[in-house]
Amino acid sequence: MNPPNWLRAIGRVSLWVWAVFGLLFLFTPILVTVIYSFNEPTGKYNYVWNKFSLSGWTDPFKYPELTDALIFSLKIAVVVTVIATVLGTLMGLAMVKYKFRAKGTIGAILILPLTMPEIVLGFSLLTLFVSINWSRGFLTIVIAQVMFSVSYVATTVRARIRGFDWRLEEASLDLGASALRTFYKVTLPLIAPGVVAAAMLTFALSLDDFIITYLNSGLDNTFPIQIWNMKRSKIPVQINVFSTALLIISIVLAALLVIFNNRRAQKLAGLSDS
Amino acid sequence: MTAAAAPSRFRRPRRENGGDDTGVAARRWFTPWLLIAPGGLWLLIFFVFPLFSLGRLSLQDGGLSNYSTVISDNSTVIIRTFVYATISTLAAIIIGYPLAYVIATKGGKYKNLFLALVILPFFVTYLVRTLSWKILLFDNGPVVGILQSIGILNDSQGILGSPFAVVAALTYNFLPFMVLPIYVSLEKLDRHLLDAAADLYSSPARAFRKITLRLSLPGLFAGTLLTFIPAAGDFVNSELLGSDRTVMIGQIIEKNFGKEFFRPELSALSFMLMAMILVGVIVYARLLGTEEIA
Repeated sequence: MNPPNWLRAIGRVSLWVWAVFGLLFLFTPILVTVIYSFNEPTGKYNYVWNKFSLSGWTDPFKYPELTDALIFSLKIAVVVTVIATVLGTLMGLAMVKYKFRAKGTIGAILILPLTMPEIVLGFSLLTLFVSINWSRGFLTIVIAQVMFSVSYVATTVRARIRGFDWRLEEASLDLGASALRTFYKVTLPLIAPGVVAAAMLTFALSLDDFIITYLNSGLDNTFPIQIWNMKRSKIPVQINVFSTALLIISIVLAALLVIFNNRRAQKLAGLSDS
Repeated sequence: MTAAAAPSRFRRPRRENGGDDTGVAARRWFTPWLLIAPGGLWLLIFFVFPLFSLGRLSLQDGGLSNYSTVISDNSTVIIRTFVYATISTLAAIIIGYPLAYVIATKGGKYKNLFLALVILPFFVTYLVRTLSWKILLFDNGPVVGILQSIGILNDSQGILGSPFAVVAALTYNFLPFMVLPIYVSLEKLDRHLLDAAADLYSSPARAFRKITLRLSLPGLFAGTLLTFIPAAGDFVNSELLGSDRTVMIGQIIEKNFGKEFFRPELSALSFMLMAMILVGVIVYARLLGTEEIA
């Protein structure tokens, strides 16, 4: 009934080989992005390897339209992260801590944006802006990105804070702390890791988003939109330089967050031991 | 008696006396609504309402005939879109499930490192990731070179512009969305169940089918949705890597949205895309068995 050992060994090995292939599949394009930031393309398009060069890195701001677009993207990401994190966290808290009528409906409305193609979300929002004659730009991009980010934040926060001991809040209130003080001293520290994770996710999603943003951007260009507009004229090496720099910054930030969370977990473990 | 139980014992009598319940905002009925209102209104105004008006717009000037026009005008594109999305979702399952399985069950102390590698692509923006695929699949690039040397392509053939290029990049771009939910459901799996199955003389293959696969169905379901939906609505991959032969629904919307805002047909097309996906989701949920997903 059981397969022979040699067959199982082959199975185990091929499973590993296949998994490693999967990881390589995910990893290779990222590696290509990094490697091609050191290319010196022969023409206007950085598609074919020519020779090693640091020209992209020594002159990263050569194309002002690209630099401006990146700065614009970062500004949007900051604003969107702040708004969406606050709104989404409040919704996540409500969904975990309270029972109320229409909770199911609200939960469905929260999930729906995640299960809809971006092009439908973006296009329907665009028809709203057009019908009320609202010109597209910074504000409409923020509105569009907050719209889908709120769902991500609420879902993330909700998953991370489920099962917490909310009696700590009541204890604080019973001991005479004000509601505001209780929020700062008890609630916020409890939910902080979930909120930070959600905020980082939102920032990454905002920088990453193309389809919804593109449909609602008007003449303002985020980094991805600028690349899209340039695709028929030039694809300079600076695109790879910026992407590699952002990649490195993200990895460092994520690593710091992991270290911080581990420290915190150790501290909490230490507290409960004593 | 544990420390956690103590406060609740002392709290109960105070609450029955009335205490300061009325003074504590956290205990009022409308508190959840205060928390929900800002985000909820945002979603209502900028998500729910636009969807309704898009639906209404799609019925203007011709009612349901807008839909039949759109379908007959674009039937090839519609079918192609769903074929591409289906193939890339299947490919994502074939690549993603074993990967998630190995990370969850054999990752050991490297689990987090593997997971970090899976989400690494998200740290490079979508458009740049797709451009990297263009580099990889370029006419004298590494992939074409390998395929030519083993004789799958002849020396003058390339990959760019072909359905293969589009489907491969779609698979790649949404693969992490497949791996992560499957990983989460496999991670929660109680390994003792497999030991029990082995003790009861189940073959490993049967145990996998009856326990591992079945208990990971919710993850597989979520992963399929998160891969299929963005793939079906995408226009970036087919625009950057495809050709006239690989046009998808999203490209038709993208090409026209700037000039013909209020053309009902365009709204009908995007509404239909959404409706077809919803129908697909429901059918798929039925096939997998709804009770196992919930």
